Parts: sequence; structure tokens; C-alpha cells
Amino acid sequence: MIELIKFVPLFPILGFLFLALFGSRIKNSERVAAVLASLMVFISFAITVAVFFEFSASDGSVVKVLIYEWISAGDFSVNISYQVDQLSLFFTLIITGIGFLIHIYSIGYMKGDKRFYLFFAYLNLFIFMMLNLVLSSNFLLTFLGWEGVGLASYLLIGFWYDQKFEGFRITWTGDAANKAFIVNRIGDFGFLIAMFLIFVTFGTLEYTDVMSSVMADSGALMGTGLMLAITLFMFLGCTGKSAQIPLAGWLPDAMAGPSSVSALIHAATMVTAGIFLIARNSALFALSPDTMMIVAYVGAGTALLAASIGMVQDDIKKVLAYSTVSQLGFMFAALGIGAFSAGLFHTMTHAFFKALLFLAAGSVIHGMHHQQNIKKMGNLRKYMPTTYWTFLIGTMAIAGIPFFSGFFSKDEILWQAYNTNNLPIYVMLVIAAIFTAFYMFRLLYLTFHGKERFDASHHTPHESPKSMTFVLISLAGLAALGGFLNVPFALYSFLGLEHVSFVNNWLAPIFADANTILGISALHELHAIEYILMAVATALAVISWMVAKNWYLSDSSWSMPGKLVAKFPVLYKTLLEKWYLDNGYYSAIVEPLLKGSKQILWRRIDVGIVDGIVNGLGTVTKRLGNVVRRMQTGIAQTYATVMVLGILLIIFLMVF
Amino acid sequence: MELQLTLFLPLVGSILLLFINRENEDLIKKTAFGTSILALFTSIWLYSSFDSSNPDFQFMLDVSWIPAIDAGFRIGIDGMSMLMIMLTTFITPIAIMCSFDSIKKRHKEYYTMVLLLQFGMTGVFASLDLFLFYIFWEIILIPMYFIIGIWGGKDRLYATVKFFLFTVVGSLFMLIAIIWMGYYVGTEILAMDSGFTTNFIAIREVSSQIPFDLQQWLFLAFGLSFFIKVPLFPFHTWLPDAHTEAPTAGSVLLAGVLLKMGTYGLVRFNLDLFPEASIHYADIVSVLAVIGIIYGALVAMIQTDIKRLVAYTSVSHLGFVVLGIFSMTETGLQGAIIQMVSHGLSTGMLFLMIGMLYERRHTRAIIDYGGIAKVMPQHAAFFGIAMFSSIGLPMLNGFIGEYLILLGAFESEVLGSYWYTLFGTTGVVFAAVYLLWMYQRVFLGKIDNPENKKLKDINRFEWSMLVPIVIFIVWIGVYPRTFLSISEQSTEKLVKKIETVYAPMKVELEK
Repeated sequence: MIELIKFVPLFPILGFLFLALFGSRIKNSERVAAVLASLMVFISFAITVAVFFEFSASDGSVVKVLIYEWISAGDFSVNISYQVDQLSLFFTLIITGIGFLIHIYSIGYMKGDKRFYLFFAYLNLFIFMMLNLVLSSNFLLTFLGWEGVGLASYLLIGFWYDQKFEGFRITWTGDAANKAFIVNRIGDFGFLIAMFLIFVTFGTLEYTDVMSSVMADSGALMGTGLMLAITLFMFLGCTGKSAQIPLAGWLPDAMAGPSSVSALIHAATMVTAGIFLIARNSALFALSPDTMMIVAYVGAGTALLAASIGMVQDDIKKVLAYSTVSQLGFMFAALGIGAFSAGLFHTMTHAFFKALLFLAAGSVIHGMHHQQNIKKMGNLRKYMPTTYWTFLIGTMAIAGIPFFSGFFSKDEILWQAYNTNNLPIYVMLVIAAIFTAFYMFRLLYLTFHGKERFDASHHTPHESPKSMTFVLISLAGLAALGGFLNVPFALYSFLGLEHVSFVNNWLAPIFADANTILGISALHELHAIEYILMAVATALAVISWMVAKNWYLSDSSWSMPGKLVAKFPVLYKTLLEKWYLDNGYYSAIVEPLLKGSKQILWRRIDVGIVDGIVNGLGTVTKRLGNVVRRMQTGIAQTYATVMVLGILLIIFLMVF
Repeated sequence: MELQLTLFLPLVGSILLLFINRENEDLIKKTAFGTSILALFTSIWLYSSFDSSNPDFQFMLDVSWIPAIDAGFRIGIDGMSMLMIMLTTFITPIAIMCSFDSIKKRHKEYYTMVLLLQFGMTGVFASLDLFLFYIFWEIILIPMYFIIGIWGGKDRLYATVKFFLFTVVGSLFMLIAIIWMGYYVGTEILAMDSGFTTNFIAIREVSSQIPFDLQQWLFLAFGLSFFIKVPLFPFHTWLPDAHTEAPTAGSVLLAGVLLKMGTYGLVRFNLDLFPEASIHYADIVSVLAVIGIIYGALVAMIQTDIKRLVAYTSVSHLGFVVLGIFSMTETGLQGAIIQMVSHGLSTGMLFLMIGMLYERRHTRAIIDYGGIAKVMPQHAAFFGIAMFSSIGLPMLNGFIGEYLILLGAFESEVLGSYWYTLFGTTGVVFAAVYLLWMYQRVFLGKIDNPENKKLKDINRFEWSMLVPIVIFIVWIGVYPRTFLSISEQSTEKLVKKIETVYAPMKVELEK
């Protein structure tokens, strides 16, 4: 029964192949494509659920399903094979579940698009690749999925390739797609090197084999330069895919794609691949305390930086994009401090509420006829009540308002940061959380409340079709209640609940090795301070909310933000320009590389030196030829004379 | 029989063409195409009777030719040559098809030249005699010279002369090496009556008795000839010119097969005959290969001419192949061989598709294009596949070779350093940069040039050239076993030989 997992990736790829090859020839292709693509993902979801229950009933040991031997050469061999365990099922459920909902949503969202079938083909391709990424039993197949989701992301970001898109040195959506792919490739460089190191060290790329050799030798490997190198290179890969500093810049530009793509790929699933990779290799990371520290600080730093940028953006999707970068930072910070299941729990709740927020934003954009600037919206709750209410729930969840899903997961991370004595991390994350509540409520008020700042007579905003609102409502349910899957220890008794720390318990076997190395015990003591921290975080979020309300709702002229901008113009500009990160990369790396390649490598070395030498040799030969040519006078007498002289010379040499 | 047929069919075809009236273009094309298809079928027959589990040469034939120098018509193939011959017989019909419309003058001569070229290429991959090998190696020069020189672009004369000069200089050194080695082995080692031999198999058996300093000279002389052909940095400057000026079929054959003659020669002769010298020079050659990977990529990045851009990518990709060869591990060598095939397919396809664009628009400047995906969506899709194959996306062919090569170089004892792979892997990043930028500028965005608005998408005939290539691009990526297993045994044998030579050297080094 668990073996059935091999069919989970099969259906989406069949859907992709069929639609990509025959999609353009089908009559009524919109209906066929929509039904087929969604059905394929739904079947995968259904199988996953069945496998999930089967697996829960088993003793929980890893099950591997071999498909075939992929590559082998010399001592290297790697299979296409899948691994069923708690971690892969955790991600597979999210991918196929949310993936299915987003397929349904896209039917309405993409209606009337000329290449409707192709959009669904690409979505299926994405699901296939993402499933390979998380289900793989070895590094290389994960890498295949890793690159494959990059391809799908490239195709979908640039789906409307003839449309302009504004960004730093970006004019077309295709430029944004390129940026995403190329920045990710820099990360892949790290992934590849990490894989080479792992193969040379452990002689295999199979996860279970690597982990068992690591655990057998953990004492000797602890804190070595080798482990540092492996984990750091791997983390470079993670920063690419999960948009962390220094490779964060591509994600906001990836918003050039349709909103459902942003929800699926650039919020709920693909960008969490980095989290997955670290979780999968938690034992390796645990063996390198330095890397753990770097992961924690990069995560917390990204969380803070991206949240600060999010406060000044006016494009509804860009705010959400920076929010995603920031939330991913929370997850990395959690992993870095050793709170692995807290990080994954946040991955899950984030998948719920961020997918919801993006889809609701898509609904707004749909209803506003492709207007994305929130300063040109306002009072939309009148026109699109369902979108409004679901967006409100998503906002509550991400802002950490008690008992919505984000509250539980974010609080768990904050508490762990405090509990593991990582005070700087804790402070950074708390500030990021304050910023988060602010930009989200700012977004909410500017979009749905206040005056109408668009010409309603010109075009009336409308609520989205049922297929879209249905998805919004489903996700709103998950975003509101998903947190109860993992009620923190401190709240069991407080709420009078039974032991319901479901996510923690489920993932415990995955992190058992890492926790052994880190010396973290599963036992959780009750601290009074945990309640205090919880109260503080909640209070700060609510204050932040109230500030946003006062500035943007109560005062329709937004005078306070205006004053602040006037008072701190440099700070405002810095935030608006995203801390000049893109500019920095461009002038520090891209420009010199291009100039150097053109002026020095091509013009000077290739055309100058190498060709110069060759052409020079040619000229010399030609001149020599000219000299030699003069001897060929064509006069027989001259030849005869020379010949006689030559014979004389030879005789002379032979005799003497 | 299968091998002789595969080898001589193209020659027969090219002779047949001489008897056809030059006015009868249709028959000329049909004869040429038919011959190449026949050769394809005989090579499939050859493959079906080829035994992959046998590491030695198969289908051997040894006919005495010039007894005075012990030169013979000796042919035979092992796994690597099998793959290369299949590549040749696969690419040639496609190259002929793409010439049907694009070649507008002197049809008879043209197709004679193409078939002669195929004869030469197959011969190079099948020869087991150095004299014979040299003849085939030089035969190729003639048709290629004329193909670029007569049917090429605007600056074709400069390009042909450059191509010819570079290659001839290389071949001269190889000729000297062949004579030197033939004399030394024939007289000093084997003490034959002829005092000279060009028998590859015989030489190979005793090549370890050639003194090390002579081995070094021979390595360098053979090597130079092959390095130029590959081309290895800094011998690469003939390539961009030749590619840019050659007609589409010329570029396809050049990228698809001709460049692999260099890497093939490195494995067949340098590694197998002079393993000691190869180990000695492995680091220098690998450094040049890595420089080539990065250099080719960086220079490709800033090109404004589509064809020249893709030409420079060859410098980068072939750098990978040379790195894999000189890693001297089974992983690296298998990667290099599969990469030779992969590069032939993906770069061949890129040139083919650039040719299709050129036929419609008569310009190679990237700036003249933009938004082509709108009017030619199918072309854009196929081009995308070729591009991602060239970028090395897993599931497509390019990834398999690049990955094995980088891994082989990483674990190589002979190279003994991680730096080759660390730098080489940056080539993977740059590959995405130069190709995606080009794709963006050519295919995406809006059509701003009115001349591009009426371009026609690819037709059925063009489809039929592309689909077979795509099938193999995906096949190699998804199930590379089919191809890796062909050369597995012969590669293993070679690596074992190198390891036995290396073992005492290693002991000495450790002292």
C-alpha cells in the first residue's frame, strides 16, 4: 500500500505531457485542461492521504520504493527512488493539498487566457518536480526536483512574456524569470559542491546511508571543517531557493507571474525547499555549530530586513512577497537555533495563510482589472466581501493574533529562541513580528477600508467567481484553525486540552538524530516566562495593528506616515530601494563581469593576443613566402647555375 | 561487414553523386539523403551486433596496405567509437535535410562534400592504424574547407583560411609524432623488418616501453593537434569564426561531430598510448580546460551575434569534456563520453534552429529579434528545450555528462585537488546566464521590429528534423543507462590501465 507512493508523481507528469503535447489541438481546451490538470493533482493527493494513514498505522520506519537505476559510472551510482517517511509525507500532503486548491482557483483566474492549457501543463510540471524534490531518497533526485521547480518557476514567472514588469534593471516579465533562474543557479552551485563533498566523504548520496554513517561517526565529525564546508555549501543552495540573504532579490521580482503562481510556488511550496533540505539533513547541520549559527542569523536578519522593506511598498503583491521572504527568515532562524519542528510547523501554517493572502490578492487584482497599487484601491470590502473576510483571517494569522494559526507557530519560534539563550535572534524576530503586524494591517486598511481611490464609474470592482472564493474559504479555514495541530506545551493545561502537539510528535523521528547530537531532550518543562513572552508578543502585535489603524484608517490623509517620510527621507529611500541590495549586486558583480568579459577577455585576449599571434604568424609566413618567391624566377639559366653551385657544395662537403 | 558498410556507404554515395546531372537537383538531394539514411540504418545494425560487455575492439579488420611502413587498412570499434559513429550517422541526415532549402548553389558539389565529410568522420572513429587515421583526419579538412569557403557567410574567406591554418599546424605535429613513434616502436622495440609500424594495436601493447621523455614529446605533439580541434583554450579562436561563417549544416556538423574528433583522439591516443605522460600533464591540461569553461562562458555572455554566442558556448562545454578526460577516473571519462554525445545533440540543435531563424530573417544580430515567441511559438518551445539541455537541466541530456565530469574531477587522485571542480562548476551558473539572456532578447518581450511580425512558424519538415533530436535529449537525461553502458567496459579497461601506471608514480610522489 505504501508502495503506491510511486504513482503520486506519475499523475502530474502525465498531465503535463498530455497538455503540453496535445493541448493546442484540443477543442474546448480550457475545460479539458482545467479538469485534467486538477484531477491529476487530486489523485496524487488522494493517494498521499491513503499512504499517510497506512504509514501512521505502521511502526514509522522508512519505506523506500525503487523505480529504476538512473545514473551509474565507475563507483558512482544513483537511483530514481522514493522515500516515505514523516518528513516526505508532511511536505507531500502540503504540496498536493494546497496544489490542488490552487489548481481549482486558477481555473477562474486564468479564464480566457490564450494559452490556458499551457498554464495548467506548467502547473502540473511544477507539482511533479516538487514531489520529486521532497519524496526523493537521495540527494541527486532531490536536486533534479530542485532544478525542475526552478524551470517551472521560470516558465510561469515569464508566462505573460510580452508584458512589461517594473523592477531594478527589469523591463519584461521574462527578465524577472531570468533573474529568478540565474540567482537560483548560484545557489545550485552550492548544492552541487555539497553533493560532491558528501559523495567523496561517505561514498553514497542516499539519505539514509549518509545519515547512518554520520551518526556512526558523529563524535569525530563534530565541528570539523568538512562538516562546515558541506553544510555551508548546502545552505548557499537554500538561500537561493528560499530567497534568503544574500540571494533574496529574485523573489519580489518573481511576482511578475500570475497570482496563483505566486501563491503556489513563491509562497506555499517551492520557496520552502530550502527548509526541507535542512530538515532532511538536520543531523549534518547539527554537527556544525558554526553553520547553525550562520543559518540562525541569516534567517533572523532576512526576517527583519524584508519586513522593514514590506512596510513601505505600495504594490499589493510586492508587500506579500517581502512578507514571504521575511517569514522564510523566521523558519530559517528556527532551524538555526535547533528548533526544527517549530520551523516546519511555521512552514505549514505559512503555506496556509500565505497561499490564502496571495490568492485573495489575486482576487483583488482580478476584480480591479489588473490594478496592483494599494494606494489606488480602498473600500473594496463593499465590492468583494468574501475576499475581504478571508484576507482579514489571513492577516490575523500572519500577524500573530491569538489562536489564529500563525500565532501558534510564530510564538513557538520566539519562545525557542529565548529558551535556547539566543537573545539577539529573539530580539530581531520580535521586531520583525512588530513590522509584520504593521505592514499587514496597513495593507488591509489601504485595500479594503477607507475611501474609494479609484474611478468606480469607470470600472466597478467585482467579486471573483465561486471557484475562486471556494478556495479562499477553504484556505481561510486552514489558516484560522491550522494552529491547533500543534498547540504549544504551555497552552495545554491553560486551555484544558489533551496532548495535541501533533506536528511535533509526527516529526520527532526525523529530528531524533539531530536532537541527540544537539543534546536537546524531548521533555518540555513549563516555565512561567513562556506565558509572559506570549503575552508580550501578542501585545506588541496588537499595538502594531492599532498604529496601522490610526495612521491609515482613522486618518484618511495618512498624515503621520507622510510626516515620518519627510522627517527621515534617507531611511525611507533606503527602505523603498530595498536597502540598495540589487544596486549593490549590479555595480559590484554584474557590471564588472560584463565589462571585463567584453573589454579584456574578448577584445584583448581573444581578438588581441591569440588572434594577433596567429595573424602575426600568417604575416611572417607571407613575407617569407615573398622572399622565397623571388627565387622562382622561371629563368632556366638561374636554376642551372644554382644547381651546379649546389652540386659543387655537396662534393666539397663529402670530400673534406 | 556492418562496420565496412557504415564506413564506405557515404563514400559510395558521394561518388554516385558525381554521375548525376547537376541540373537534377531533386535527385541529388534524394541520393544524398538516402545514402545518409542508409548509413544510419547500417549503424543501427552495427549497434545491434555490438557486444557492450566486451571491452576490446570489435568488428576488427586488418588488410595489409603498404608493407614497407607496415601501414594497413585496420579498423575496429570499441564502446566509445560506437557512440561516436552513431552520433555521426544520426547528425548527418539532419544536416543534409537542413541544407535542402538553405543551400542555393552548386548542389552537386555541396552534397558530395557533406558525404565525403561523413566518410572522413566515420573513418576517424573507426581507424586502428595511425597512418589510416591521419589520412581520414586530413580528408575531413578538404570538404570542411569548401563547405565554409563556398557556401559560407560574408567573411567566409577569413574564416576558412583561419580554420585551415590552425588545423594544418596541428596535424603537422601529429604527423611528426606518428613518424617518430612508428620508427621508434618498429625499430627499437619490436625490431620489425620494416623498421616502422603504424599498427595501433601493436603499438599500444608495447607503448609502455617508450621512454618517458619521448612519451612526453609524443604526448605534446598528438595533444596539440587534438587541443586545436577540441578546441582547448587558448587554441580556440578559429572556432567562433568558422561557426559563424559556416552554413547551417556546416555548423551543425562542426559542433555535432567534428569537435569530438579532438576529444576522441585525446582518449584514444594520448591516454591509452602515453598514460604516464598524460598523468604528468593532467594538471596543466585541466587548468586550461577549466579556464576554457569559464572563459568561453564569459565571452559568450557579451556576444551580439547569436551564432557566435553559441560558438563560444562550445568552448565552454568542450572544456568540461577535456576536464573529464584528464580526471582519468571512470566517472569522469564516462561523463566526458556522454557529454560528447550530448553536446553534439544540444549544440547541433541550437545551430539548426538558429539556421531556421536565419532563413526567415537573414540576420544573426540578437538586436534584430525580440518577441519571436509570439509569431513562432513552436520554434520558441523547441529552442527552449535545446537551451535547457545545453544549460544542463536535470532530466535532459546535458546534466548527466556535466555532473559525472565534475564529480570525476572532484574525486580524481591524479588531479588531487578540489579546485578544478570548484571553478568548473561556476560554468554551470554562467551557462544559465548567457543562454537565458539571449533567449529573453530573441524570443520574449514584445515584437518591436515590424519585420518580425510576419515570420512563419516551423513547418512539418522542420519538425521532422527536431523531433528525433529531442527524443534523444530526453532519453539520455531520463535513462542514460542505454548510452553509458555502451562505453562502460572499454572505459573501465582504460582506467584500469591508467591506474596500474599511476600506482608506482604515486608511491614515488609520496616519497
